[in-house]
Amino acid sequence: MPAPEEALCAENVMFTGTDGAQINAYQALPGGDGPFGGVLVIHHLPGWDPGTKEITRRFAANGYNAICPNLYARQGLDVDPDDAAAAAREAGGIPDEQFVGDADAAIRALRALPTSNGKVGVIGYCSGGRHSFLTAVSLPVDAAVDCYGAFVTGTVPEGFPLKVTALVDRTPQLHGPLLGLFGNEDRFPSPEQVDELEAALKAAGKTYEFHRYDGAGHAFFAVDRPAYRPEAAVDGWRHIFEWYGRYLAGD
Amino acid sequence: MCSYLTVPTDIAGSAKGAQGWFSVTSAQVYFDHPFHAPFDHTLNIDFADPSRGPGARVAVELSAESARRLVESITEALAAAGAAAT
Repeated sequence: MPAPEEALCAENVMFTGTDGAQINAYQALPGGDGPFGGVLVIHHLPGWDPGTKEITRRFAANGYNAICPNLYARQGLDVDPDDAAAAAREAGGIPDEQFVGDADAAIRALRALPTSNGKVGVIGYCSGGRHSFLTAVSLPVDAAVDCYGAFVTGTVPEGFPLKVTALVDRTPQLHGPLLGLFGNEDRFPSPEQVDELEAALKAAGKTYEFHRYDGAGHAFFAVDRPAYRPEAAVDGWRHIFEWYGRYLAGD
Repeated sequence: MCSYLTVPTDIAGSAKGAQGWFSVTSAQVYFDHPFHAPFDHTLNIDFADPSRGPGARVAVELSAESARRLVESITEALAAAGAAAT
């Protein structure tokens, strides 16, 4: 349970990726002895930014050990996150294999914390939503949340500069239940692409729950942008904490 | 949405960043989510010298309207300079 005053401790930590690379990460831990479930928070394409770190703290304030790795750490540990994001973008993003290795190491770091209850969930927004799904089909997580991740389904346009592929064919390998939160006015993913993902989850017999919001488009959780939709975001956060409360609880 | 689309161009000149002046060799132009500007999407330009690492970058994030005005201003200024700007 979270401390009543939402006490937490946040700091930058280092861990080693599965390929041996040194990765810096933002880690926020709840006050108290635990045991706590863990949440791997995945940043979006603009990088290891203040908004995602705020989300990381939010999980700690609500009783979860949370870690947000810098997926662009290989651009340099002393490089500003926005500069690293620009360089990673120019390079066409990061390879899926590299991401999965970093996610694997981050999940191991969460489970190794002395206050861990051994359970770990994953969440990501925008490109991080796709990465959240990729994590859940690649690694043993206990719950996953995909917030409007593009290119989980659908067709990646020919000549598209970002080196991504759709992941829907891997739905049968999904570990743990999936919560999906989507805006009905989004184009990436479009409502039809969300339908495609839901059909794949049904066909594979997976546990999932989708919430789709009218009047909301892409990035409706982003509090510092016009895309912010308070009603969708507040309801979405409620579902996220119910989801993790259900699947990450335990001693 | 995330456009992901980037229009790069080679440039010659200088820019002033956090570490002072440096030569720039490329401009990456894209319309996508900003890092800092309070808009859903912005026209972003990264003036950079990739050979000096990711930190050798001067970034701007402009609303679509201001980006269009900037294009007009640049065109107008170059036209006004006449032969000197060839």
